[in-house]
Amino acid sequence: MNTQTTPDAQISPAAQSRSVLDVIDLTIRYGTKPAIRNVSLSIPQHRITAIIGPSGCGKSTLLRAFNRMNDFIPNVGMEGQILYLGSDIYAREVDPVEVRRRIGMVFQKPNPFPKSILQNVAWGPSINGFTGNLEDRVEQSLRRAALWEEVNDRLHESALALSGGQQQRLCIARALAMEPDVILMDEPCSALDPVSTARIEDLMFELKERYTIVIVTHNMQQAARVSNLTAFLENGSLVEYGETDQVFTRPRNQRTEEYVTGRFG
Amino acid sequence: MSQGSTAKPLLAGAGTRKSRTKEELIRFVLFLCAFLSILTTLSIIAILAWEAYSFFREVRVLDFLSGTRWTPLLEPRSFGVLPLVAGTLQIVIGASLIAIPVGLASAIYLAEFASAGVRRALKPVLEILAGIPTVVYGYFALTFVTPLIAAIFPQTQIFNAASASIVVGIMVLPMTASLCDDALRAVPESLRQGAFALGATQFEVTLRVVLPAALSGVMASFVLAASRAIGETMAVTLAAGATPKMTMNPLESIQTMTAYIVQVSLGDTPVGTVEYQTIFAVATLLFAITLSMNIIAHRVLARFREVYE
Repeated sequence: MNTQTTPDAQISPAAQSRSVLDVIDLTIRYGTKPAIRNVSLSIPQHRITAIIGPSGCGKSTLLRAFNRMNDFIPNVGMEGQILYLGSDIYAREVDPVEVRRRIGMVFQKPNPFPKSILQNVAWGPSINGFTGNLEDRVEQSLRRAALWEEVNDRLHESALALSGGQQQRLCIARALAMEPDVILMDEPCSALDPVSTARIEDLMFELKERYTIVIVTHNMQQAARVSNLTAFLENGSLVEYGETDQVFTRPRNQRTEEYVTGRFG
Repeated sequence: MSQGSTAKPLLAGAGTRKSRTKEELIRFVLFLCAFLSILTTLSIIAILAWEAYSFFREVRVLDFLSGTRWTPLLEPRSFGVLPLVAGTLQIVIGASLIAIPVGLASAIYLAEFASAGVRRALKPVLEILAGIPTVVYGYFALTFVTPLIAAIFPQTQIFNAASASIVVGIMVLPMTASLCDDALRAVPESLRQGAFALGATQFEVTLRVVLPAALSGVMASFVLAASRAIGETMAVTLAAGATPKMTMNPLESIQTMTAYIVQVSLGDTPVGTVEYQTIFAVATLLFAITLSMNIIAHRVLARFREVYE
Protein backbone atom coordinates (compact mmCIF):
# COMPACT_ATOMS: atom_id res chain seq x y z
CA MET A 1 0.00 0.00 0.00
CA ASN A 2 1.21 3.48 -0.82
CA THR A 3 -0.26 4.94 2.30
CA GLN A 4 2.70 7.24 2.88
CA THR A 5 2.16 9.14 -0.33
CA THR A 6 -1.29 10.56 0.14
CA PRO A 7 -2.12 13.61 -1.95
CA ASP A 8 -1.20 17.00 -0.62
CA ALA A 9 -4.66 18.08 0.44
CA GLN A 10 -5.12 15.01 2.58
CA ILE A 11 -2.03 15.13 4.73
CA SER A 12 -2.74 16.07 8.32
CA PRO A 13 -2.45 19.84 8.40
CA ALA A 14 -1.96 19.86 12.14
CA ALA A 15 1.50 18.46 12.29
CA GLN A 16 2.09 20.19 15.61
CA SER A 17 -0.38 17.88 17.35
CA ARG A 18 -0.07 14.12 17.35
CA SER A 19 -2.79 12.23 15.55
CA VAL A 20 -5.27 10.07 17.42
CA LEU A 21 -7.08 8.58 14.46
CA ASP A 22 -5.49 7.86 11.10
CA VAL A 23 -7.67 6.90 8.19
CA ILE A 24 -5.68 5.16 5.50
CA ASP A 25 -7.15 4.72 2.04
CA LEU A 26 -10.59 3.90 3.42
CA THR A 27 -13.38 2.67 1.19
CA ILE A 28 -16.77 1.68 2.61
CA ARG A 29 -19.52 0.10 0.55
CA TYR A 30 -23.15 -0.56 1.27
CA GLY A 31 -23.65 -3.67 -0.84
CA THR A 32 -21.85 -2.63 -4.01
CA LYS A 33 -22.47 1.09 -3.68
CA PRO A 34 -19.45 2.94 -2.32
CA ALA A 35 -20.25 5.44 0.45
CA ILE A 36 -16.64 6.37 1.21
CA ARG A 37 -14.01 6.32 -1.56
CA ASN A 38 -10.31 6.07 -0.81
CA VAL A 39 -10.32 8.57 2.02
CA SER A 40 -7.15 9.23 3.98
CA LEU A 41 -6.92 11.73 6.78
CA SER A 42 -5.58 12.17 10.31
CA ILE A 43 -7.51 13.47 13.29
CA PRO A 44 -5.20 15.42 15.66
CA GLN A 45 -5.42 15.17 19.42
CA HIS A 46 -7.30 17.77 21.46
CA ARG A 47 -8.70 19.50 18.43
CA ILE A 48 -12.18 19.75 17.03
CA THR A 49 -12.34 18.33 13.55
CA ALA A 50 -15.47 19.03 11.54
CA ILE A 51 -16.62 16.85 8.69
CA ILE A 52 -18.87 18.76 6.33
CA GLY A 53 -20.52 18.04 3.02
CA PRO A 54 -23.90 17.77 1.33
CA SER A 55 -26.48 15.19 2.42
CA GLY A 56 -25.52 11.67 1.48
CA CYS A 57 -21.84 12.52 1.02
CA GLY A 58 -20.82 9.83 3.49
CA LYS A 59 -19.87 12.03 6.44
CA SER A 60 -21.92 10.03 8.97
CA THR A 61 -20.63 6.77 7.51
CA LEU A 62 -17.08 7.98 8.00
CA LEU A 63 -17.79 9.10 11.57
CA ARG A 64 -19.45 5.80 12.47
CA ALA A 65 -16.48 3.92 11.08
CA PHE A 66 -14.36 5.46 13.86
CA ASN A 67 -16.13 3.53 16.61
CA ARG A 68 -17.26 0.59 14.50
CA MET A 69 -20.93 1.50 14.65
CA ASN A 70 -21.20 0.46 11.00
CA ASP A 71 -20.76 -3.12 12.22
CA PHE A 72 -24.50 -3.19 12.93
CA ILE A 73 -25.47 -2.45 9.35
CA PRO A 74 -25.76 -5.57 7.22
CA ASN A 75 -23.80 -5.82 3.96
CA VAL A 76 -21.23 -3.19 4.80
CA GLY A 77 -17.89 -3.78 3.14
CA MET A 78 -14.69 -2.02 4.11
CA GLU A 79 -11.21 -1.66 2.66
CA GLY A 80 -8.31 0.28 4.06
CA GLN A 81 -7.47 0.94 7.68
CA ILE A 82 -8.40 3.11 10.60
CA LEU A 83 -5.66 3.41 13.20
CA TYR A 84 -6.39 4.52 16.74
CA LEU A 85 -3.12 5.58 18.39
CA GLY A 86 -1.35 3.53 15.76
CA SER A 87 -3.28 0.28 16.01
CA ASP A 88 -5.86 -0.94 13.54
CA ILE A 89 -9.31 -0.89 15.16
CA TYR A 90 -10.62 -3.35 12.56
CA ALA A 91 -7.91 -5.93 13.22
CA ARG A 92 -9.25 -9.41 13.90
CA GLU A 93 -8.16 -9.52 17.52
CA VAL A 94 -9.73 -6.18 18.38
CA ASP A 95 -12.99 -6.28 20.31
CA PRO A 96 -15.34 -3.58 18.96
CA VAL A 97 -16.71 -3.16 22.49
CA GLU A 98 -13.26 -2.02 23.61
CA VAL A 99 -13.05 0.46 20.72
CA ARG A 100 -16.37 2.02 21.73
CA ARG A 101 -15.25 2.40 25.33
CA ARG A 102 -12.38 4.61 24.18
CA ILE A 103 -14.20 6.38 21.38
CA GLY A 104 -17.54 7.71 22.58
CA MET A 105 -20.40 8.98 20.49
CA VAL A 106 -23.19 11.54 20.65
CA PHE A 107 -26.04 11.08 18.22
CA GLN A 108 -28.12 13.33 16.03
CA LYS A 109 -31.22 13.04 18.18
CA PRO A 110 -30.78 12.97 21.96
CA ASN A 111 -31.29 9.33 23.00
CA PRO A 112 -31.23 9.18 26.79
CA PHE A 113 -32.29 5.85 28.29
CA PRO A 114 -35.74 5.88 29.89
CA LYS A 115 -34.06 5.85 33.30
CA SER A 116 -33.17 8.51 35.85
CA ILE A 117 -30.60 11.20 35.09
CA LEU A 118 -28.20 9.53 37.51
CA GLN A 119 -28.66 6.08 36.00
CA ASN A 120 -28.09 7.44 32.51
CA VAL A 121 -24.68 8.83 33.38
CA ALA A 122 -23.73 5.91 35.63
CA TRP A 123 -24.77 3.32 33.04
CA GLY A 124 -21.58 3.19 31.00
CA PRO A 125 -19.14 2.97 33.92
CA SER A 126 -21.31 0.46 35.77
CA ILE A 127 -21.51 -2.04 32.90
CA ASN A 128 -17.80 -1.71 32.33
CA GLY A 129 -16.80 -2.75 35.80
CA PHE A 130 -15.98 0.70 37.17
CA THR A 131 -14.88 0.31 40.77
CA GLY A 132 -14.33 3.91 41.90
CA ASN A 133 -16.91 6.25 43.38
CA LEU A 134 -19.75 6.21 40.90
CA GLU A 135 -21.47 9.28 42.28
CA ASP A 136 -18.31 11.34 41.96
CA ARG A 137 -17.93 10.18 38.40
CA VAL A 138 -21.52 11.15 37.66
CA GLU A 139 -21.09 14.60 39.19
CA GLN A 140 -17.82 15.17 37.35
CA SER A 141 -19.34 14.11 34.04
CA LEU A 142 -22.41 16.27 34.50
CA ARG A 143 -20.22 19.24 35.43
CA ARG A 144 -18.06 18.76 32.36
CA ALA A 145 -21.19 18.60 30.25
CA ALA A 146 -22.36 21.89 31.86
CA LEU A 147 -25.52 20.25 33.13
CA TRP A 148 -24.79 19.77 36.84
CA GLU A 149 -26.20 23.11 38.00
CA GLU A 150 -29.49 22.44 36.25
CA VAL A 151 -30.08 18.89 37.41
CA ASN A 152 -28.23 18.30 40.69
CA ASP A 153 -31.44 18.59 42.70
CA ARG A 154 -33.32 16.05 40.60
CA LEU A 155 -30.84 13.35 39.71
CA HIS A 156 -33.39 10.65 40.41
CA GLU A 157 -36.00 12.02 38.05
CA SER A 158 -36.50 10.59 34.58
CA ALA A 159 -34.11 11.83 31.92
CA LEU A 160 -37.04 12.00 29.54
CA ALA A 161 -38.43 14.95 31.52
CA LEU A 162 -35.48 17.13 30.46
CA SER A 163 -35.64 19.54 27.52
CA GLY A 164 -34.10 18.51 24.20
CA GLY A 165 -30.98 20.57 24.79
CA GLN A 166 -30.58 19.20 28.31
CA GLN A 167 -31.09 15.67 27.03
CA GLN A 168 -28.32 16.17 24.48
CA ARG A 169 -25.97 17.49 27.18
CA LEU A 170 -26.95 14.47 29.28
CA CYS A 171 -25.95 12.24 26.38
CA ILE A 172 -22.62 14.08 26.26
CA ALA A 173 -22.24 13.56 30.03
CA ARG A 174 -23.09 9.89 29.54
CA ALA A 175 -20.32 9.60 26.96
CA LEU A 176 -17.87 11.55 29.18
CA ALA A 177 -18.53 9.23 32.11
CA MET A 178 -16.70 6.52 30.15
CA GLU A 179 -13.60 8.76 30.17
CA PRO A 180 -13.13 8.32 26.46
CA ASP A 181 -10.25 9.70 24.43
CA VAL A 182 -12.31 10.72 21.48
CA ILE A 183 -15.89 11.95 21.23
CA LEU A 184 -17.70 11.58 17.95
CA MET A 185 -20.64 13.89 17.42
CA ASP A 186 -23.09 13.15 14.65
CA GLU A 187 -24.93 16.42 13.95
CA PRO A 188 -25.45 16.87 17.69
CA CYS A 189 -27.39 20.12 17.34
CA SER A 190 -29.63 19.37 14.40
CA ALA A 191 -32.61 18.66 16.66
CA LEU A 192 -31.98 21.64 18.96
CA ASP A 193 -33.04 25.28 19.12
CA PRO A 194 -30.41 28.05 18.64
CA VAL A 195 -29.95 28.68 22.38
CA SER A 196 -29.32 25.00 23.14
CA THR A 197 -27.05 24.83 20.10
CA ALA A 198 -24.97 27.72 21.40
CA ARG A 199 -24.61 25.99 24.77
CA ILE A 200 -23.39 22.79 23.16
CA GLU A 201 -20.94 24.72 21.01
CA ASP A 202 -19.55 26.51 24.09
CA LEU A 203 -19.26 23.16 25.74
CA MET A 204 -17.26 21.75 22.86
CA PHE A 205 -14.63 24.47 23.34
CA GLU A 206 -14.18 23.40 26.94
CA LEU A 207 -14.16 19.72 26.11
CA LYS A 208 -11.36 19.92 23.58
CA GLU A 209 -8.93 20.66 26.42
CA ARG A 210 -9.28 17.03 27.44
CA TYR A 211 -10.80 15.22 24.52
CA THR A 212 -10.41 14.89 20.80
CA ILE A 213 -13.66 15.79 19.10
CA VAL A 214 -14.88 14.88 15.65
CA ILE A 215 -18.15 16.50 14.64
CA VAL A 216 -20.27 15.87 11.59
CA THR A 217 -22.42 18.82 10.68
CA HIS A 218 -24.31 20.10 7.68
CA ASN A 219 -24.36 23.52 9.27
CA MET A 220 -21.38 25.32 7.78
CA GLN A 221 -21.59 28.24 10.21
CA GLN A 222 -21.30 25.73 13.01
CA ALA A 223 -18.28 24.08 11.45
CA ALA A 224 -16.68 27.50 10.97
CA ARG A 225 -17.45 28.55 14.56
CA VAL A 226 -16.39 25.50 16.50
CA SER A 227 -13.78 23.53 14.60
CA ASN A 228 -10.02 23.78 14.27
CA LEU A 229 -9.93 21.59 11.19
CA THR A 230 -12.47 20.96 8.50
CA ALA A 231 -12.79 18.07 6.11
CA PHE A 232 -15.06 18.52 3.11
CA LEU A 233 -16.53 15.34 1.67
CA GLU A 234 -18.45 15.03 -1.54
CA ASN A 235 -19.79 11.78 -2.97
CA GLY A 236 -17.74 9.81 -0.50
CA SER A 237 -14.45 11.41 -1.53
CA LEU A 238 -12.38 13.77 0.55
CA VAL A 239 -12.24 16.95 -1.48
CA GLU A 240 -10.33 19.13 0.94
CA TYR A 241 -8.99 18.90 4.48
CA GLY A 242 -7.25 21.69 6.31
CA GLU A 243 -7.33 24.32 9.02
CA THR A 244 -10.88 25.59 9.29
CA ASP A 245 -9.81 29.19 8.60
CA GLN A 246 -8.11 28.20 5.43
CA VAL A 247 -10.93 25.94 4.22
CA PHE A 248 -13.52 28.63 4.69
CA THR A 249 -11.57 31.69 3.57
CA ARG A 250 -9.01 30.39 1.09
CA PRO A 251 -10.25 27.01 -0.11
CA ARG A 252 -7.82 25.31 -2.47
CA ASN A 253 -10.50 23.42 -4.30
CA GLN A 254 -13.17 24.93 -6.53
CA ARG A 255 -15.89 22.58 -5.19
CA THR A 256 -15.04 23.44 -1.60
CA GLU A 257 -15.38 27.11 -2.38
CA GLU A 258 -18.72 26.58 -4.03
CA TYR A 259 -19.96 24.56 -1.07
CA VAL A 260 -18.76 26.82 1.74
CA THR A 261 -20.11 29.88 0.01
CA GLY A 262 -23.47 28.17 -0.20
CA ARG A 263 -23.68 27.71 -3.93
CA PHE A 264 -24.85 24.12 -3.52
CA GLY A 265 -25.52 21.54 -0.84
CA MET B 1 -78.95 10.40 3.83
CA SER B 2 -81.58 13.01 4.58
CA GLN B 3 -78.92 15.74 4.40
CA GLY B 4 -78.08 14.69 0.87
CA SER B 5 -81.61 15.43 -0.34
CA THR B 6 -82.08 18.76 1.43
CA ALA B 7 -78.67 20.36 0.85
CA LYS B 8 -78.33 21.48 -2.74
CA PRO B 9 -74.90 20.73 -4.17
CA LEU B 10 -73.22 23.64 -5.95
CA LEU B 11 -72.13 21.73 -9.01
CA ALA B 12 -74.42 18.75 -9.00
CA GLY B 13 -73.47 16.57 -11.92
CA ALA B 14 -75.36 13.30 -12.07
CA GLY B 15 -72.12 11.41 -11.56
CA THR B 16 -71.19 13.08 -8.29
CA ARG B 17 -74.65 12.58 -6.85
CA LYS B 18 -74.61 8.91 -7.73
CA SER B 19 -71.19 8.35 -6.16
CA ARG B 20 -72.25 10.24 -3.07
CA THR B 21 -75.26 7.97 -2.58
CA LYS B 22 -73.01 4.98 -3.03
CA GLU B 23 -70.57 6.33 -0.45
CA GLU B 24 -73.38 6.84 2.02
CA LEU B 25 -74.63 3.31 1.42
CA ILE B 26 -71.20 1.76 1.93
CA ARG B 27 -70.76 3.81 5.07
CA PHE B 28 -74.10 2.60 6.39
CA VAL B 29 -73.36 -1.08 5.68
CA LEU B 30 -69.98 -0.79 7.39
CA PHE B 31 -71.59 0.90 10.36
CA LEU B 32 -74.13 -1.90 10.55
CA CYS B 33 -71.39 -4.53 10.67
CA ALA B 34 -69.53 -2.69 13.41
CA PHE B 35 -72.75 -2.17 15.32
CA LEU B 36 -73.69 -5.83 15.00
CA SER B 37 -70.53 -7.06 16.71
CA ILE B 38 -71.03 -4.60 19.55
CA LEU B 39 -74.70 -5.61 19.79
CA THR B 40 -73.91 -9.32 20.08
CA THR B 41 -71.34 -8.66 22.77
CA LEU B 42 -73.77 -6.52 24.70
CA SER B 43 -76.53 -9.16 24.39
CA ILE B 44 -74.21 -11.84 25.68
CA ILE B 45 -73.36 -9.68 28.67
CA ALA B 46 -77.07 -8.96 29.21
CA ILE B 47 -78.02 -12.65 29.12
CA LEU B 48 -75.14 -13.52 31.41
CA ALA B 49 -76.21 -10.86 33.86
CA TRP B 50 -79.86 -11.85 33.72
CA GLU B 51 -79.29 -15.56 34.29
CA ALA B 52 -76.66 -14.88 36.93
CA TYR B 53 -79.16 -12.59 38.63
CA SER B 54 -81.69 -15.45 38.76
CA PHE B 55 -79.01 -17.69 40.19
CA PHE B 56 -78.08 -15.24 42.92
CA ARG B 57 -81.71 -15.04 44.03
CA GLU B 58 -81.30 -18.66 45.10
CA VAL B 59 -77.69 -18.61 46.26
CA ARG B 60 -76.04 -15.83 48.25
CA VAL B 61 -73.18 -14.09 46.41
CA LEU B 62 -70.94 -14.49 49.44
CA ASP B 63 -71.62 -18.24 49.65
CA PHE B 64 -70.83 -18.54 45.98
CA LEU B 65 -67.59 -16.58 46.16
CA SER B 66 -66.24 -18.00 49.41
CA GLY B 67 -67.59 -21.55 49.54
CA THR B 68 -65.04 -24.32 49.22
CA ARG B 69 -67.39 -27.09 48.10
CA TRP B 70 -68.75 -27.19 44.56
CA THR B 71 -71.39 -29.90 44.21
CA PRO B 72 -74.29 -28.25 42.35
CA LEU B 73 -75.33 -31.49 40.64
CA LEU B 74 -75.17 -33.82 43.65
CA GLU B 75 -76.90 -33.94 47.03
CA PRO B 76 -76.17 -32.29 49.35
CA ARG B 77 -75.83 -29.43 46.94
CA SER B 78 -73.24 -26.76 47.57
CA PHE B 79 -72.39 -23.74 45.47
CA GLY B 80 -68.94 -22.64 46.59
CA VAL B 81 -67.04 -21.70 43.43
CA LEU B 82 -63.55 -21.66 44.99
CA PRO B 83 -62.64 -25.22 43.90
CA LEU B 84 -63.24 -24.22 40.27
CA VAL B 85 -61.26 -21.00 40.78
CA ALA B 86 -58.45 -22.98 42.40
CA GLY B 87 -58.43 -25.44 39.51
CA THR B 88 -58.29 -22.59 37.01
CA LEU B 89 -55.54 -20.89 38.98
CA GLN B 90 -53.50 -24.08 39.01
CA ILE B 91 -53.69 -24.27 35.22
CA VAL B 92 -52.84 -20.58 34.84
CA ILE B 93 -49.83 -20.78 37.14
CA GLY B 94 -48.58 -23.97 35.53
CA ALA B 95 -49.06 -22.60 32.04
CA SER B 96 -47.39 -19.30 32.97
CA LEU B 97 -44.37 -21.13 34.35
CA ILE B 98 -43.83 -22.47 30.85
CA ALA B 99 -45.12 -19.69 28.62
CA ILE B 100 -43.55 -16.70 30.39
CA PRO B 101 -39.87 -17.70 30.58
CA VAL B 102 -39.79 -19.58 27.29
CA GLY B 103 -41.91 -16.98 25.52
CA LEU B 104 -39.76 -14.10 26.75
CA ALA B 105 -36.55 -15.93 25.90
CA SER B 106 -37.75 -16.70 22.37
CA ALA B 107 -38.84 -13.10 21.92
CA ILE B 108 -35.45 -11.83 23.09
CA TYR B 109 -33.76 -14.17 20.65
CA LEU B 110 -36.03 -13.13 17.79
CA ALA B 111 -35.93 -9.41 18.44
CA GLU B 112 -32.32 -8.91 19.50
CA PHE B 113 -30.13 -11.81 18.43
CA ALA B 114 -31.62 -13.52 15.35
CA SER B 115 -30.44 -12.44 11.93
CA ALA B 116 -33.02 -10.99 9.58
CA GLY B 117 -33.22 -14.29 7.70
CA VAL B 118 -33.81 -16.43 10.79
CA ARG B 119 -36.42 -13.96 11.95
CA ARG B 120 -38.23 -14.04 8.64
CA ALA B 121 -38.40 -17.82 8.92
CA LEU B 122 -39.33 -18.11 12.61
CA LYS B 123 -41.90 -15.37 13.11
CA PRO B 124 -44.49 -16.97 10.76
CA VAL B 125 -43.93 -20.34 12.45
CA LEU B 126 -44.90 -18.73 15.75
CA GLU B 127 -48.05 -17.35 14.20
CA ILE B 128 -48.94 -20.74 12.68
CA LEU B 129 -48.49 -22.41 16.08
CA ALA B 130 -50.98 -19.94 17.51
CA GLY B 131 -53.53 -21.21 14.99
CA ILE B 132 -53.54 -24.90 15.95
CA PRO B 133 -57.06 -25.89 17.11
CA THR B 134 -57.08 -26.20 20.89
CA VAL B 135 -58.75 -29.61 20.80
CA VAL B 136 -55.57 -30.91 19.18
CA TYR B 137 -53.64 -29.70 22.21
CA GLY B 138 -56.12 -31.44 24.52
CA TYR B 139 -55.75 -34.68 22.66
CA PHE B 140 -51.99 -34.26 22.70
CA ALA B 141 -52.11 -33.77 26.49
CA LEU B 142 -54.14 -36.89 27.05
CA THR B 143 -52.29 -39.24 24.73
CA PHE B 144 -48.75 -37.97 24.96
CA VAL B 145 -48.05 -35.66 27.92
CA THR B 146 -50.00 -37.59 30.57
CA PRO B 147 -48.30 -40.96 29.83
CA LEU B 148 -44.97 -39.12 29.94
CA ILE B 149 -45.73 -37.65 33.38
CA ALA B 150 -47.08 -40.99 34.58
CA ALA B 151 -43.84 -42.66 33.56
CA ILE B 152 -41.98 -40.31 35.91
CA PHE B 153 -44.60 -40.10 38.71
CA PRO B 154 -46.54 -43.39 38.87
CA GLN B 155 -49.20 -41.92 41.18
CA THR B 156 -50.34 -39.57 38.39
CA GLN B 157 -54.06 -39.75 37.70
CA ILE B 158 -55.31 -40.19 34.15
CA PHE B 159 -56.80 -36.72 34.27
CA ASN B 160 -54.47 -34.27 35.96
CA ALA B 161 -53.70 -30.57 36.19
CA ALA B 162 -50.02 -30.92 35.27
CA SER B 163 -50.63 -32.32 31.82
CA ALA B 164 -53.24 -29.68 31.02
CA SER B 165 -50.99 -26.90 32.40
CA ILE B 166 -48.15 -28.00 30.16
CA VAL B 167 -50.19 -28.01 26.97
CA VAL B 168 -51.95 -24.75 27.84
CA GLY B 169 -48.48 -23.30 28.44
CA ILE B 170 -47.36 -24.50 25.02
CA MET B 171 -50.58 -23.19 23.55
CA VAL B 172 -50.16 -19.61 24.81
CA LEU B 173 -46.41 -19.65 24.22
CA PRO B 174 -46.52 -18.40 20.61
CA MET B 175 -48.81 -15.54 21.57
CA THR B 176 -46.59 -14.58 24.51
CA ALA B 177 -43.48 -14.73 22.34
CA SER B 178 -45.08 -12.75 19.57
CA LEU B 179 -46.39 -10.00 21.88
CA CYS B 180 -43.07 -9.77 23.77
CA ASP B 181 -41.28 -9.58 20.44
CA ASP B 182 -43.50 -6.67 19.42
CA ALA B 183 -42.79 -4.94 22.72
CA LEU B 184 -39.02 -5.37 22.37
CA ARG B 185 -39.00 -4.20 18.78
CA ALA B 186 -41.00 -1.12 19.72
CA VAL B 187 -37.97 0.08 21.69
CA PRO B 188 -36.33 2.71 19.47
CA GLU B 189 -33.17 1.64 17.68
CA SER B 190 -31.52 4.84 18.92
CA LEU B 191 -31.48 3.47 22.49
CA ARG B 192 -29.63 0.35 21.37
CA GLN B 193 -27.16 2.46 19.43
CA GLY B 194 -26.62 4.70 22.43
CA ALA B 195 -25.90 1.70 24.61
CA PHE B 196 -23.59 0.06 22.07
CA ALA B 197 -21.69 3.34 21.73
CA LEU B 198 -20.96 3.17 25.46
CA GLY B 199 -19.12 -0.11 24.98
CA ALA B 200 -21.96 -2.44 25.93
CA THR B 201 -22.17 -6.01 24.66
CA GLN B 202 -25.25 -7.31 22.90
CA PHE B 203 -26.30 -9.06 26.08
CA GLU B 204 -25.91 -5.93 28.22
CA VAL B 205 -27.85 -3.87 25.71
CA THR B 206 -30.69 -6.40 25.71
CA LEU B 207 -30.86 -7.01 29.43
CA ARG B 208 -30.13 -3.53 30.75
CA VAL B 209 -31.60 -1.19 28.18
CA VAL B 210 -34.05 -2.88 25.81
CA LEU B 211 -35.83 -5.13 28.29
CA PRO B 212 -36.35 -2.44 30.95
CA ALA B 213 -37.58 -0.04 28.28
CA ALA B 214 -40.02 -2.68 27.00
CA LEU B 215 -41.03 -3.83 30.45
CA SER B 216 -44.58 -2.60 30.47
CA GLY B 217 -45.25 -4.13 27.05
CA VAL B 218 -43.70 -7.37 28.20
CA MET B 219 -45.79 -7.36 31.40
CA ALA B 220 -48.93 -6.67 29.37
CA SER B 221 -48.20 -9.67 27.19
CA PHE B 222 -47.85 -11.82 30.31
CA VAL B 223 -51.23 -10.65 31.57
CA LEU B 224 -52.84 -11.32 28.19
CA ALA B 225 -51.27 -14.79 28.13
CA ALA B 226 -52.61 -15.54 31.61
CA SER B 227 -55.99 -14.24 30.56
CA ARG B 228 -56.00 -16.61 27.60
CA ALA B 229 -54.97 -19.51 29.84
CA ILE B 230 -57.90 -18.73 32.14
CA GLY B 231 -60.36 -18.76 29.27
CA GLU B 232 -58.85 -21.86 27.64
CA THR B 233 -61.45 -24.60 27.53
CA MET B 234 -60.91 -27.56 25.27
CA ALA B 235 -57.53 -28.76 26.50
CA VAL B 236 -58.48 -28.52 30.17
CA THR B 237 -61.81 -30.23 29.58
CA LEU B 238 -60.07 -33.13 27.90
CA ALA B 239 -57.00 -33.43 30.10
CA ALA B 240 -57.53 -31.88 33.53
CA GLY B 241 -60.59 -33.84 34.60
CA ALA B 242 -63.98 -33.06 36.14
CA THR B 243 -63.26 -33.21 39.85
CA PRO B 244 -63.78 -29.79 41.45
CA LYS B 245 -61.47 -29.75 44.45
CA MET B 246 -59.03 -27.58 46.33
CA THR B 247 -55.67 -29.21 45.84
CA MET B 248 -52.12 -28.11 45.26
CA ASN B 249 -51.12 -31.46 43.82
CA PRO B 250 -50.78 -31.07 40.05
CA LEU B 251 -50.91 -34.81 39.51
CA GLU B 252 -54.54 -35.02 40.63
CA SER B 253 -57.70 -34.53 38.64
CA ILE B 254 -59.27 -31.08 39.04
CA GLN B 255 -61.90 -29.00 37.26
CA THR B 256 -61.61 -25.49 35.85
CA MET B 257 -64.40 -22.96 35.48
CA THR B 258 -64.47 -23.45 31.72
CA ALA B 259 -64.49 -27.25 31.94
CA TYR B 260 -67.43 -27.08 34.34
CA ILE B 261 -69.42 -24.98 31.90
CA VAL B 262 -68.74 -27.56 29.19
CA GLN B 263 -69.80 -30.40 31.48
CA VAL B 264 -73.16 -28.83 32.31
CA SER B 265 -73.80 -27.60 28.78
CA LEU B 266 -73.29 -31.09 27.38
CA GLY B 267 -75.28 -32.83 30.13
CA ASP B 268 -79.02 -33.16 30.60
CA THR B 269 -79.44 -30.46 33.21
CA PRO B 270 -82.96 -29.02 32.81
CA VAL B 271 -83.11 -25.43 31.58
CA GLY B 272 -84.25 -22.91 34.17
CA THR B 273 -83.12 -24.83 37.24
CA VAL B 274 -80.51 -23.56 39.67
CA GLU B 275 -78.10 -26.25 38.46
CA TYR B 276 -78.48 -24.90 34.96
CA GLN B 277 -78.03 -21.30 36.10
CA THR B 278 -74.73 -22.15 37.79
CA ILE B 279 -73.01 -22.02 34.42
CA PHE B 280 -74.07 -18.41 33.99
CA ALA B 281 -72.80 -17.51 37.42
CA VAL B 282 -69.49 -19.21 36.68
CA ALA B 283 -69.35 -17.62 33.22
CA THR B 284 -70.00 -14.19 34.71
CA LEU B 285 -67.13 -14.65 37.12
CA LEU B 286 -64.90 -15.90 34.31
CA PHE B 287 -65.86 -12.96 32.16
CA ALA B 288 -65.21 -10.51 34.98
CA ILE B 289 -61.74 -11.98 35.57
CA THR B 290 -60.60 -12.05 31.94
CA LEU B 291 -62.13 -8.66 31.18
CA SER B 292 -60.36 -6.99 34.09
CA MET B 293 -57.09 -8.66 33.11
CA ASN B 294 -57.44 -7.47 29.54
CA ILE B 295 -58.24 -3.97 30.72
CA ILE B 296 -55.15 -3.98 32.94
CA ALA B 297 -53.03 -5.22 30.04
CA HIS B 298 -54.33 -2.53 27.71
CA ARG B 299 -53.84 0.18 30.32
CA VAL B 300 -50.26 -0.91 30.80
CA LEU B 301 -49.69 -1.03 27.05
CA ALA B 302 -51.21 2.40 26.54
CA ARG B 303 -48.87 3.89 29.10
CA PHE B 304 -45.96 2.17 27.41
CA ARG B 305 -46.85 3.70 24.06
CA GLU B 306 -46.96 7.19 25.50
CA VAL B 307 -43.34 7.02 26.51
CA TYR B 308 -41.92 7.02 23.01
CA GLU B 309 -44.43 8.92 20.93
